[in-house]
Parts: sequence; structure tokens; C-alpha cells
Amino acid sequence: MLYREAGQFKTSYEADQSIFPIMQDRWGIAAILAFAFLAMPFLASEYFFRAVMIPFLILALAAIGLNLLVGYCGQISLGTGAFMAVGAYAAYNFAIRVPELPHLVTLLLAGGVAAVVGLLFGIPSLRIKGLYLAAATLAAQFFIDWLFSRVKWFTNYTPSGSVAAPQLNIFGWVPDAPSEKYLLCLGFVTVFALVAKNLVRSRIGRSWMAIRDMDIAAEIIGIRPMHAKLSAFAISSFIVGVAGALWGFVHLGSWEPLAFSIDRSFSLLFMVILGGLGSILGCFLGAAFITLVPIFLNQVLPELGIKLDTATVSHLEFMIFGALIVVFLIAEPHGMARLWQVGKEKLRIWPFPH
Amino acid sequence: MQSATARAERGEGQPAAGRKFGGEILKVDGISLSFGGVKALSDVSFSIREHEIFAIIGPNGAGKSSMLNVINGFYHPQQGTVTYKGVTRRDVDPHDAARNGIARTFQNIALFKGMSTLDNVMTGRILKMRRGILWQALYWGPAQREEIEHRAFVERIIDFLEIQAIRKTPVGRLPYGLQKRVELARALAMEPDLLLLDEPMAGMNVEEKEDMCRFILDVNEQFGTTIALIEHDMGVVMDISDRVVVLDYGRKIADGTPDVVRGDKAVIDAYLGVAH
Amino acid sequence: MLEEIGPFLEVLLGGLMAGVLYALVALGFVLIFKASGVFNFAQGAMVLFAALTLVRLMEVLPFVLAFAASCAIMVALAFAIERLVLRPLVNQEGLILFMATIGITFFIDGFGQTLWGSDIYTLELGLPKSPWIILDPPLPGGILVSPVDVFAAVTAGALVAGLAVFFNRTKVGRALRAVADDHQAAQSVGIPLNTIWLIVWSVAGVVALVAGMAWGTKLGVQFSLALVALKAIPVIILGGLTSIPGAIVGGLIIGAGEKLAEVYIGPAFGGGIENWFAYVVALLFLLFRPQGLFGERIIERV
Repeated sequence: MLYREAGQFKTSYEADQSIFPIMQDRWGIAAILAFAFLAMPFLASEYFFRAVMIPFLILALAAIGLNLLVGYCGQISLGTGAFMAVGAYAAYNFAIRVPELPHLVTLLLAGGVAAVVGLLFGIPSLRIKGLYLAAATLAAQFFIDWLFSRVKWFTNYTPSGSVAAPQLNIFGWVPDAPSEKYLLCLGFVTVFALVAKNLVRSRIGRSWMAIRDMDIAAEIIGIRPMHAKLSAFAISSFIVGVAGALWGFVHLGSWEPLAFSIDRSFSLLFMVILGGLGSILGCFLGAAFITLVPIFLNQVLPELGIKLDTATVSHLEFMIFGALIVVFLIAEPHGMARLWQVGKEKLRIWPFPH
Repeated sequence: MQSATARAERGEGQPAAGRKFGGEILKVDGISLSFGGVKALSDVSFSIREHEIFAIIGPNGAGKSSMLNVINGFYHPQQGTVTYKGVTRRDVDPHDAARNGIARTFQNIALFKGMSTLDNVMTGRILKMRRGILWQALYWGPAQREEIEHRAFVERIIDFLEIQAIRKTPVGRLPYGLQKRVELARALAMEPDLLLLDEPMAGMNVEEKEDMCRFILDVNEQFGTTIALIEHDMGVVMDISDRVVVLDYGRKIADGTPDVVRGDKAVIDAYLGVAH
Repeated sequence: MLEEIGPFLEVLLGGLMAGVLYALVALGFVLIFKASGVFNFAQGAMVLFAALTLVRLMEVLPFVLAFAASCAIMVALAFAIERLVLRPLVNQEGLILFMATIGITFFIDGFGQTLWGSDIYTLELGLPKSPWIILDPPLPGGILVSPVDVFAAVTAGALVAGLAVFFNRTKVGRALRAVADDHQAAQSVGIPLNTIWLIVWSVAGVVALVAGMAWGTKLGVQFSLALVALKAIPVIILGGLTSIPGAIVGGLIIGAGEKLAEVYIGPAFGGGIENWFAYVVALLFLLFRPQGLFGERIIERV
């Protein structure tokens, strides 16, 4: 009854094209943002920030980047972890080699470097599709893994090969408490989610989707496949790279190349599929789900009296994610975001469905 | 039929009467195209004048769709040239063709299935939009104004083709006849000078065909768009087109006004078969 | 001169032997792709699952029985995949099916290790441990050849020959080739699509078992077997997605190429280039011949 759009008339194309055309949605999102920015920092525990909120936000950011590429432009990537690594190592090298740069610039430059690398590995997409492209992005993953573990310059010749990021300093603000780190990540995610949403409802987003749905027809209405695909690779990698830099600097603090292995790539792909291909909201749902399941298995099950050893828990995770991927692809290829949307449609006409 | 009325207004049997055509907008000259050893087109030439409705007909496999693919650059012929608006080329690039005002629809609908009707038609405006990526990322000021401007244009086409009710529906869910209409809307959104229609009425019932004929004639009359179409329904072809070219086994066998073509011996043989 | 040829031949031979194993995994990919147009990412997981099944059953059963039981289990797995995943996803686009097989991969990886355990198991087939020395008279010191490798190569050869006979000489083989050519046309002449898929996935399962056996004797049965699939991807790109000879030749080229590259040009790059060398070769190849060595060219129509 409460969720109704009756009486809300759109009198301009501007209103019709807004992100949340329904008034209740606008209030809802405003409330969520207000809670996340103003209330959350005072309410949650340190553990909750470190183990749940910060990884969730950064992974959601990376998932947004990946979803632009896979969900909107239809170009599969199994190398997302590698592009995160590029962002993290680029930020590390900028931070220690050019310390005079403001760290905000460092983080964005890291995204820029990832964008260039993404562009390079996106070039094969101009000639090859689908499975072949998957192979090309796997090549990126293996090559970049190798690069950061074998070429010592990137790790600044540390003997162990692992690197420690300097403390971030955003124009004088030093986010070192978990709640401050959380706010930093939240800021990045909010801005990039808005940017991504704006892109996909603009010309460039429509050309990505056109390429995804039918590349031949897209070409004939004047979309250059090269522009569309490469811009998707570049923008996607930019966002993924920034997420990688945050993952290294904010979440991990210090890391080794394994932090961005192919497992990371798969887990991001799973977030996008489960959350919803071609949905920004889906990125958040997918990231939340993938972050929470291991915590549930490790923390909640023992409390219920079910004891599992760590190996079993990780195998169980594999099985759950694998099975859910298949179930979602069969039953709801547009993921949890579509389920949410269907729920809203139902709510709109409730309690008088006819 | 609506189209019959239109034809009657122009004068029975004299499609050219009361119709003003410009000079040649498109000329194909000596086009030969083959795939491996299979000849799809051999030495085909014809020209289309501005503002006319031009039909390409012929039995299945005659090379009609291949011809359209050559014109908008999807296939590159081994021999021959395409002259469009005075510029002669062998290899047309699909993007350049689109930029220069050639739009088309496909025999097997080529819509973007995951997008709504509105978004599909908006893709037709892509070449007309100018704002860079940064503006789009902000979606503010000039970028938003541009979006709204083009939305208004697209809404006029949606009104014109009477598809207001399905604006927000994903096109994958639409029935066949409506999908064909959305595809026409997308082509029109490009404001084409030359519109290529590949079997716009295939698989439609009589009512849908009448609607489609009306739209084609209206587009031609109101916007002055030159139209080249492939169609199997001879009634429709003879009714609405100003000139017809007939292909058979990749060769041109006749060319002229519907009346001339109708009486042509080679055409009758091609359609009915001939005892050698 | 002769002193250099010896090590070179040894590296080459080692590479070719590894190549045979890549080819075995690639074979599974190609079979399934040919018949159902599905790029089965789970082939590697199937190799791991098959090897785990075999090695754990051999703890309680003699080899022959354990092998037969493993075959049966692989067929059951094929049946489950066909029923639960492929059939509901029929007519979906390739990308969706591919992602579904990634899901299958994770499920089988988790399931196999939950069921059979995740330690490293040694697979003992009673082969001699000490390497054979061949070509001793012409080359000083000769070349060391591992009997395990020879066993793997012979098994692979026999398997390929058997498959060739199966697909070229039997009714099922003809039906399979028809399905590979055109699903709908095959269906319309009365070929039961689901049965063919079941057969192909079963055959791929048995191929995975043989591959798992060969790799398992060499490396021990452990999780890393699943990663062998990642090596097979460049192989099929090189050989062509639909070609069985392509899988074999591609496997040999990649196997030999990456070992030689690691030994002779690897040190210049700091080593470890084995991990990506095959991919770079495959990608360069893609740019010039997208259909692979033996694949069929696809002409796009609108």
C-alpha cells in the first residue's frame, strides 16, 4: 500500500529519465546513504568494519567495473584480479616513487594505469569473441601475476616480494581508524556507482548494450565496435584498478601477488552473475552475498553447534557458489537484482493485484 | 488498402505522376560478389533517385539481401563500385554509410533484445550525440540537455509509428509485428536520407502489412526519405514502389516501373519457371 | 655439439610428453564443443574428480574394478550435468553456457574434495620408477625417459585411435557429427539430441579419467590437477575448437614449446614464463588465424 506511484506524474523527460523515478525509491536511497555516512561510523564495531564493510564496499566497486564490461558490453573477462593488481601496484609505485603526489591523485592515476593495461588486453576483443576472449583475459591474468612476482622493480626490490603500502593521506585527512577507512571506501563507491549509472543511461552505455545484444546491427547503425569495446575495457579497468588500489592500501595494507590471483577474478565474476548482469544494484547484492557466505560458514555455523574444519568450509563455499551460479543462470539470468525488481513490481500492486 | 488509395491519388498506373524525384542518390555499378566459389551477385548495376521508393525483388536466393549488404558496407564486393551522393567507392565502411545517412532494417529482426523500445530507438541517435565521456559520466548540464533533446526527437518517432504503449517494454517480449515496427523506428531515428528495408512485411498479417505500407509511404512523403526495399508480396511492391529492379541468380534481369516489370518476359519466366 | 643435443632432446621429449597430457585434456574440451557448442570449462575439474575417485577406490578395490567403477561414476556425473544443467539451458547463448560450466567447475571441485578428501594421493600403477636411458651409443650419457611418460603417451595414442574409430565407423559417431554440424537439422531427422549429449559428456568423462590417471601418476593426485585445464585452453585455440587432430598437434606444440622456452629463453626474463608462454603463443596465433590450425572458418551472415 505504501509503495505506490499513483499520483506521481512525470511532466518532463528529465523526470522520466532520472535514476529513481519513483518517489519512495528516492526517499529510500536517501535514507540508506544518510545511515551509511552518518550513523554507521558510530554504530558498528571495529571487526565489522574490517571484516565485512570494507571488503564488501571495495569488492562492490570492482564488481561495478567488471559489470560494465561483462553485463553491459557483453565482453567476458577472467582477468579482473590482474587488473586489480595493476591498480594496487601502480598506486604503490606512485606512492613510494613520487611521494609528493596527493594520495587521491595517486589512487586515480592507479586507475588510469589499469585503464591503459585493460585497453591493451582488450585489443584482441576486436577480432575475437566469447570463449577466445576469455582465453585472452586469462592470458592477462597469468602474465600480470608473473610480472609482479618476477620483475622486482614493481615490488621495489623487497626481498620477500611482498609490499607494504604507505599510510594514505587524503589532503591532510589520515584515514587510519577502521571507521575512517570505511568512510573513504564508501565515498569512492558512492561516486563511482553514480558515474557508472550515468554512463549506462547515456549514449556510451547504449552503445555498449547494442554491441552486447547484436554487434552486427550496432555496427550498421553507426556504432564503432572498436570505440565501444575499448572504451568499455578502459572504463571498466579504471574502476577495477581503483578498487585494486583501495584493496591494497586500505584493506590489506601489505600484500603479495597472490592477493590478486585468478581466484579473485572468479569471485568477482560470481558477484556479477549472482548479483545481476547489467545491473549496478546487482553489484552490491552480489558483493554482499559473496562476502557474507564465508563469514556465515565460519562464524555462524559453529555458534549453531555445527563444527566444520577449514578445508571443508572452503570446499563447501566452492559447492555453494558453483551450484548457485548454475541455478541463477537457469532460473534468473539477471540475478538477485531482477528478483528485487520483481519483488518491487509485486509490492506496487499489492494488495490489489488485479 | 490504404496504399491503394495513395496510389490512386497519384494517378492510376502512373507512379511517377505527381511525384518529384531528385537526381541519383545511389548508383551501384557492375557489382560482383562471391563467397568462396558461390556467386551471390554478378555484374549488377542500377541507380536510385532521390525521394523515390525503389523495390528489389526476385526469387529466394537471388542476391537481394546481399545487395543491401553491399550498399551499406557489410559485404565488400570483389568487383564494381557503389556511388552514394556523388562519392564512388568499392569498399563501403558500415560506419561511414551510417554517418552519411544510410539506415536499414533486417530480414530477421536485429533489435537489441535486452533493451527497452525507447533505448533501442535512442541507439539510432548515437551518431547525432556529441557530448564526451566525462559529461556523460556527470549526466549534468549540457549532457543532460542533450539526452532530453534527443529523447524528445525519439518520442516524435514513437508517436509517428504509434508505439507509445510499448515504450518501456524490453523488445524481446514484443510480438513479431511490433518488433518490426521498433526496428523501423530505430532506423528512422537516424534521420536517414536512404532507408534500406529488408522484407519489412515478411510474416505479417494483412492488417500489419497495411500499417507498415502506410508508414513507409508516410515516411517517404513527409520526410522525403529515399527508400529501397526488398519484398516478396507482389501486390505491395507493385502498389507502393516507383521503380523495381528484378534479380535472379545474382543477375539483374529487369529494371523499370512496376508496369514495365510486370509485363517483362524474363521476369515472368524467373517467377514461374520456364521450359527449356 | 653432441653434448648440446642431448639436453635439448631431453627437454624436447619432456615437453612432448607433457604435451600429450595437455592434448588429453584438450580432447575432452573438443569433444564437448563439437557436439554441443559448449566450451566446457569444467573439463579440468572433471580430471581432478576422476583421478580422486580412482585413487580413493583403489585403496579398497583392485585396479580393474576401481577403473570400471570410476568410469561408471563419470558417466553418472555426465548424466547429472546433462539433466540438471544442459537441458534447462538449451538454446542459450554461448556466454551463458560457458559461465554455467564455470559454476559446474566450482561445484565439482568442492564436491570432489568434500567426498574424497583433499590430501595429495599417490597413484601407483606398478610402473617402474627408474628412468630408462635411451640413445646411449650416439649421445654421451643418453637421454632419460620416464616410463610413466611413455605409459601416458601410449595410453593417449590408444585413446585417440579408439575415438577415431568410434566417431568415424559407428552409427553414434555419424549422429554426433550430424549434431555438431547443425543441432536443429540433426533433430529433425530423428537424432535424439539429449542422448548424443549424454554420450559425449560420458566419453569426455572417461577421457578425463584417463587424463587424470596419467597426470596423477606423474604429479600425484591433488587439487592442482584441476589447473591443468587452464593449460589446455591455449592448446585448443591453437588446434581449433572443433578438431580432434588439432587438439593432439596443438598439445604437442604447446608442450614442447613451453618447455623449450622455459629452458632456453626463460632465464632472460627471470624464469617462470611457462605459466603464460602458451597463452601468448595462442593469442598471437589467434590474430593471424582465428579458426586455429584445423578449425573451420565461420562466415557471418545477416
